[in-house]
Amino acid sequence: MPDDDPILSIEELSAGYGAVTALDRVTMRVPRGAICAVLGANGAGKTTLLRTVSGLKRASSGRVLLDGADVTRLPAERHVHHGLVHVPEGGGVIVELSVEENLRLGGLWRAGRRERAERREEVLELFPRLRERLGAPAATLSGGERQMLALGRALMARPRVLLLDEPSLGLAPMVTRQIMRTLRDLRAAQGLTVVLVEQNARSALAITDHGFVLSQGAVVVSDTSQRLLADDRMRHAYLGF
Amino acid sequence: MNHFIDLTLSGLSSGAVYAALALSLVIIYQATRVVNFAQPALALISVYIAYTVSQATGNYWLGFGAALVTGLVLGAATERLLIRPVHGRSPLNAIIVTLGLLLVLQGVAGMVWSNEPHSFSYPLDYRGRFSASDWFALGSVAAAALLLFALYRFTPLGLRMRAAAFHPEAARLSGVRVGLMLTAGWAIASLIGALAGMLAAPPFIFPNVLDAVFVYAIAAAVVGGLDNPFGALVGGVLIGLCLSYVSGYAGPELTTLAALAILVLVLSVRPDGLFSRPTARKV
Amino acid sequence: MVSLRNHESTAPAPRARRGGGPGAAGRWRALPALVRFPLAALAAFTAVLALTSLTGPAEDLRIGSVGYYMLAIAGLQLLIGYSGQVSLGHGAFMFIGAYTMALLVLHQPAFPLWLNMLLTVVVSCAAGVLVGAATARLHGPYLAGATLALAVGLPALTVRFPELLGGSNGLAFSVRGAPPALAGVVTTSQWQAAAVWLTALVGLVVLATVNAGRLGRRMRALRDDESAAALAGIPVGRTKVTAFLISAGSGGLAGACQAYLLGTATPSSFTVALSLSLLAALVLGGLGSMWGAFWGAVALVYVELWGQELAHSLSLGTNVANNLPIVFFGVLLILVILIWPQGLHGMFSRLAGLVRRGR
Repeated sequence: MPDDDPILSIEELSAGYGAVTALDRVTMRVPRGAICAVLGANGAGKTTLLRTVSGLKRASSGRVLLDGADVTRLPAERHVHHGLVHVPEGGGVIVELSVEENLRLGGLWRAGRRERAERREEVLELFPRLRERLGAPAATLSGGERQMLALGRALMARPRVLLLDEPSLGLAPMVTRQIMRTLRDLRAAQGLTVVLVEQNARSALAITDHGFVLSQGAVVVSDTSQRLLADDRMRHAYLGF
Repeated sequence: MNHFIDLTLSGLSSGAVYAALALSLVIIYQATRVVNFAQPALALISVYIAYTVSQATGNYWLGFGAALVTGLVLGAATERLLIRPVHGRSPLNAIIVTLGLLLVLQGVAGMVWSNEPHSFSYPLDYRGRFSASDWFALGSVAAAALLLFALYRFTPLGLRMRAAAFHPEAARLSGVRVGLMLTAGWAIASLIGALAGMLAAPPFIFPNVLDAVFVYAIAAAVVGGLDNPFGALVGGVLIGLCLSYVSGYAGPELTTLAALAILVLVLSVRPDGLFSRPTARKV
Repeated sequence: MVSLRNHESTAPAPRARRGGGPGAAGRWRALPALVRFPLAALAAFTAVLALTSLTGPAEDLRIGSVGYYMLAIAGLQLLIGYSGQVSLGHGAFMFIGAYTMALLVLHQPAFPLWLNMLLTVVVSCAAGVLVGAATARLHGPYLAGATLALAVGLPALTVRFPELLGGSNGLAFSVRGAPPALAGVVTTSQWQAAAVWLTALVGLVVLATVNAGRLGRRMRALRDDESAAALAGIPVGRTKVTAFLISAGSGGLAGACQAYLLGTATPSSFTVALSLSLLAALVLGGLGSMWGAFWGAVALVYVELWGQELAHSLSLGTNVANNLPIVFFGVLLILVILIWPQGLHGMFSRLAGLVRRGR
């Protein structure tokens, strides 16, 4: 893949839980404006990879470069300042707050009041459903609405790189398609880069440009999504379909 | 009937004090899942500082301000130095650390200011039915509660603090410095505790002066539901009224046991307090 | 400290389970609990007898205090360390025990000491069932709050019923010392210390046996995960109330011993500070190990003494001297939690382990 100027570059990244190694010298280059899938079986280290990149988990060695800046040792709350936003599994919507407050929270780190208001309008344009529910407690949202809210909150921060952990989990296919369409539009409009972790390899490869396959904490295959879909041997070995 | 009205009025003003102290417990419990048993001691030191400042300057209100500042600083320091190291360990650890701090601060207060009571009274009239000092107690607690509500509901700081308390990880991913928010929560809570101490202490201060008040406050907080600030206010007034009636009709020695009875009664119907949110049991 | 080694074996589960290795220690641990605990208690009792024969009356009193504090802390250990219910009101049960004892001595002078002790246990167990049943649905901070109210509220009853309970001055009575046949052989203080220790050791044997048995396993299951324990068929409510009952019984018995030793029962000895000190001593000694109760009791009695001596020798003011013990205790409590969460017992077993391996 063309990787002379990757926006996100992961170099030899390792992390573990006690004596157990969860990530084993993972190296990945994510090009600017790409939509990439991280695939693999349960326990392959997909979620750990996202958590380590976003600073929620400490890396034991290796580096994470965001547009050339080393963000490996930064605390999670600083990543948003560098344009990297992580939407954890399930969305991480704060159910005790209202929809409006969840959205506001996403843009709080930015000082400009005007800019925050503009972002809010943009996000509500993207997800009209959220506008209807603005005052409602987030606990009353459906699964699809929650995922939209999570995405909306992430977009409030105007990220350059978005990490999504299983955005389709538990959602109807139609909702998933809508979310994916939104991501593609954002890429076209703003040059957003997306890295998403998916359990369902077939549908993930159908909508992404590039796929990384993790197995036991290490990258075993990295190729374009099209070729990964076509490669029967690899599919049988790691993706199980 | 007259007696009843008197008891109701005095119950309201003492209830306001319990509500304030209960509020300070709830703010901390909400943010860190710790019941701060050192709260009366933090308030006690604040009151002693106020006493010293008032004595030195001859101005009660300077002392009042000093107490609030002391509460703020002590709360922040406690969170940073003692609570953060045990964060995430068994809740018993945090309980014991705060109990340890309670012993230390009460002892230090005795060392510095002696165990003998000092006279330290309001500049306001506290005689008769619903005196100026009663109004002051009720008014300042109501003002504090309103300010607190506005802070939490309408300011970015409040939003950050709530996010950090409810879902630390999601808050961090949105750029909130969760540790700082916890410290801020402890500081604010301890400030309100200091206010409660200033209202509860007169006419005398001695190292154990706030013990009984604290028991009523904890009963109020528990009755209202430990994670609901509104519940703490209602619980405080409820406990204040009930104890005032018990004390007036049955005898003041029975107030603590009455508090216990109310607590057991309420909790046997609603084990997490009157206004607590239902929580999922982890299996 | 002759008694320490003998005493070790009253520490049940955690140490005993690990045992079974070769040598005398292994054989000792292989004995059934019903043999092992009484034997250990007998050895400890002998050691206390030997110790008091060397010491004067003031020291005898302190040794006796260690005995009843140990019993109280062990009861609290069962409740907090094993069944996981945080009670801040243990002093209330000591209060009940002490006043029951005082009332029995004053109103039924013919009753022998052992009967008084027995009746005290019955009364305080009944109180424990009441409190336990009332608070069975509470957990964590809610239970702590309720028991705190109990610790503050109960002693106030003495002021409410001054004719019966003697008001804030409490009740004073005289206890019979050594029987006439032994006059000249043992002093009154020796006799008292021995009686207290005998009672405390009997109580400890019961506690240790309970803990080693089915009830102990149930309580630990409850502490580790209440929902899982309930799913596994453990009767949660009943186990909690039973833990409260046993703990209250030992607290009451400890209170009776205190009243017997001092000849008084006053409300001022059962403040919240007492309940908190008991908890502090428990944590200091080590949560989850009966052996910790002994260290906690020693700390409780001797820290106060050393504090006073230290303040005296440094000629500090009375304000400082009076408050030195509680400050010391508080600091110790914080340090133990921050630095050594297993308490003194954990520290000593670690050290012992190092020494053994070094040999």
